[in-house]
Amino acid sequence: MADAALQIASAARPADEAGLRDYWRLLKPRLMSLAIFTAVVGLLVAPGQMHPFLALTSILWIAVGAGASGALNMWFDADIDRVMKRTRSRPVPAGRVAPGDALALGLFLSVVSVTMLGLTANWVAAGWLAFTIFFYAVIYSMWLKRTTSWNTVIGGLAGAFPPMIGWAAVTGGTPLEAWLLVGLIFMWTPPHFWALALFVKLDYHNARIPMLTVTHGRTETRRQTLFWALGLAIVSTFAATTAMGGPLTLAVALVLNAVFLRLAWNIYRRDDSDSEADGHGTEKALFKWSLFYLFVHFSVFVAESALPFGGW
Amino acid sequence: MRVEHELHYRRRGRNFGVLFVLIAFIGVVFGVTVVKVQTGGLSEGFDHVLRPTLVPAEEASQ
Repeated sequence: MADAALQIASAARPADEAGLRDYWRLLKPRLMSLAIFTAVVGLLVAPGQMHPFLALTSILWIAVGAGASGALNMWFDADIDRVMKRTRSRPVPAGRVAPGDALALGLFLSVVSVTMLGLTANWVAAGWLAFTIFFYAVIYSMWLKRTTSWNTVIGGLAGAFPPMIGWAAVTGGTPLEAWLLVGLIFMWTPPHFWALALFVKLDYHNARIPMLTVTHGRTETRRQTLFWALGLAIVSTFAATTAMGGPLTLAVALVLNAVFLRLAWNIYRRDDSDSEADGHGTEKALFKWSLFYLFVHFSVFVAESALPFGGW
Repeated sequence: MRVEHELHYRRRGRNFGVLFVLIAFIGVVFGVTVVKVQTGGLSEGFDHVLRPTLVPAEEASQ
């Protein structure tokens, strides 16, 4: 219904004038949905009680903070977005939203989201949200994305913080378990993204972005995918043995990691000619499995904490 | 007769969008205020009364 409303709103506009949908796209809704999901899990798994309305609004401000960092990223990356086919229709490179407007929206939403999360939950959670926005917009987008081939790893860390912010919103602290949720997403991001990079022809080289597939080659990317999959399995198994885990989480984690590792091993064992021969079947399978992996792994943490017989 | 500017028609969708966001924001702030007041929480330190959490149990029961 919201889509229909947006279409009606944009019907009488000239093609180059921004509509509501363009401002919505500035917030990177797909990244926001991942932040919302993982923050909800952090909030539900954390020990302690929070009023449902405060929990809901805390999630809202975390989502707005994620959207703010997306808008700041869109503002700064407009020059490279203009070069790449995948991103050139974004509102800023397409000329529908002025760069200054994207910057203003990003800064405004950053201040609003951090302040409101501080007032709604606590200032520890708000501080981590502010740090996450700063890390994604400044450390990742403005600095490391264009200078190092480890940009995927660093960008992944920015996307890994929301569950810890959700946890901090409930408890006011960030214990080991919260950091393990961060570690899980941090270790998950590189193999997830590199699997995609191995079967989709991304034109990062046109934009002079030093992606691992370009700077170190596709063979090294296959090796790194396996290496990070191993790291992911270790973090995941350890997380399942802590207070937020339990027998159910451990069993599910073992199955998820066994399949993940087998696919990563198969990717490591083959080269590009094998990959092209079967239409990049294994790379696509790992990419799909990684999406399923994160959703199920985080959901089972929630199930473990909610079930009467859950936990160790 | 007052003629409405063409810009108002063109940006009607955006203006209604901003209106909706502002109303939602007011609703959220109001809701948070109601919950905070009902549950005590942070307000107890700033309203010129003893903080129940700092009063010893024996004193509180007298």
